This record gives sequence, C-alpha cells and structure tokens, in this order.
Amino acid sequence: MHSFDKKRTMHKALVSRILEGEGRAEHSQRCAAFENAGLGEPLRTLIDKVARQPTRVTDEDVTNVEAQGLSEDQIFELVVCAAIGQATRQYETALQALAEATTGKKRSEHASEDPQ
Amino acid sequence: MRLKILNSGYRFGTKVLFAFIHAGSRQPVPDAAKLVFYRPDFYGAPMKEFTHAAMRGPSAWSVGDRELMAAFVSQMNACAFCIAAHTATAAMAYHDEAKVLAVLADLETAPIEEPLRATLRLLGKLTREHAVNADDMRAVLSAGVSREQIEDALAVCFAFNTTDRLADAFSFFVPGPKAFEAGAKFLLRRGYR
Repeated sequence: MHSFDKKRTMHKALVSRILEGEGRAEHSQRCAAFENAGLGEPLRTLIDKVARQPTRVTDEDVTNVEAQGLSEDQIFELVVCAAIGQATRQYETALQALAEATTGKKRSEHASEDPQ
Repeated sequence: MRLKILNSGYRFGTKVLFAFIHAGSRQPVPDAAKLVFYRPDFYGAPMKEFTHAAMRGPSAWSVGDRELMAAFVSQMNACAFCIAAHTATAAMAYHDEAKVLAVLADLETAPIEEPLRATLRLLGKLTREHAVNADDMRAVLSAGVSREQIEDALAVCFAFNTTDRLADAFSFFVPGPKAFEAGAKFLLRRGYR
C-alpha cells in the first residue's frame, strides 16, 4: 500500500477507535467533544479550550467538569476526542485544498465545465 | 499531570516498564510516554502507529526535516514540552542545532532549502488558522514540493496538533535539557512505537 494511503487508513482507525469503540464516556458525548459542538457547561469550556486554546486549560476547568460527576477516565477520553477532532478538521481541510490544487491544474483545461 | 490517573493509574507490568526506562535513561519517564501507556487500547496504541508512520515511515523528507516540522508546529501552538522535545530531536538528527534554532527564531531568514521553508510556512498557517486553501497549496507545489511530500508533512502536522493539545490540556511536566537529550536519543533509536 502507498505510504499515504497507509497513513490515511491509520488515521481513520484512530478516529473510529476513539468514537465508535468501547469507552467510559458516552458515545454521543465523545462525538460532541470531537466536533466541539453541542456540549453544555462546564464541559463546553474545557473542550473548546482543548480544541482552540489548549495552553489556557486550567485545573479549575477540569475540577468543574469533575464536580458535574464525570470521572477522570471519562475526562481523559473526552479531551483526547477534542484534540483529535480539531487536528482532524485541520488535516482534512488541508487535504481537500491539496486535492483542489492538484486536480485544479487538470481542470483548468476544461474550465467551462467547472464554474468554480 | 492534571489527571491523577495519568500519574498513577498504570497496571503492574507498565509500572515495571517505567522502572526499566528510568533505570536505562537515568531520567524520569516523560509525560508524553506516560500518556500513550495509559489505557493504550483507547488512544496510545493507534496514535503511536500513526505517529511512527508519519515520523519514521518512508518519505522524501528526512527524519531531521520531520522532527523540525514537529518542533515548528509545536512552536505555533506554544507547547513548551513538545517544542523542547522536538528541537532536541531535530538538532540531534541533523547534527546541527544552529539550523533548528534559526528556523524557530525566523523561518524567513533561516538557512534552509526553499521547499522546506514553503512547507513549514504552510504548516504554520494551518496550525495558527486551522485552515489553508488551494492557493496556499499551489504556492508550496510551485516551490518544488511534491504532492506526496505535502501529504507527508500534513501527517506530521496532524500528529503534533493532537499531541500539543494533549500536552497542554494534561499539563505535561517540562523537565531540564538532559531529559530532552535522553528523549531525543530514544526517539532517534526507537521511533514512536
């Protein structure tokens, strides 16, 4: 297998493991953390910081989530999902841009077929 | 580390392994290693596979180039642990610390080839802004970087945008330079598996 295809397969396996495999946090909550969407406070603050401003995560962000009844294992899983979710969005956006740039060269010969 | 389970929630076999690592390197087990050994079935095992393929698998980029990309992405994320770890590893892989420090100080004036510079610029924008477009890709392609090289660099970028986030979310302890030197030797000898 081409090394790029191998890495894409490994990436899909990683995402599928954390979202679809066995876990202590609910499946729907892991998906929401991955997407950084649809979460209530205080989990929303923690997950959004992991995704967008990880250096700003504080002990208090974590203890606030624990106070709502989440275990450390559940928090571990949700933080992992948030980190992989954000990095995955970056990765996939960039691969789409690369596909557009490389196939766009070919398409430019048939520009009228592609109004974009 | 921020979660108690990441400091002490390991099985007996893993604790024995940590004792061996400690004895062999004369350094405490780095938090990056602890993280991938915690319930490895959930995250550590599949992430190590991906990271090893990205950092040590077949690629037109050298190991030093890829470690430099890891350091550069980590700098964009201001992740102290990963900047230090991959600066040390890139410097050791290149046998040239000055080059690595020059890139981290100013990418535009650092003494590196244009294809690598254009690629690092792309990874910097992707990490900072979370997106890049087809024009950004065309700029890198026109600097002489192949499609495969861009794909390889994006895999490195994914690995470190994940790891940097976890390092800061879990508050990895940042040890002194000797520990990072030992870590760099380990990563160059054994990789990420």
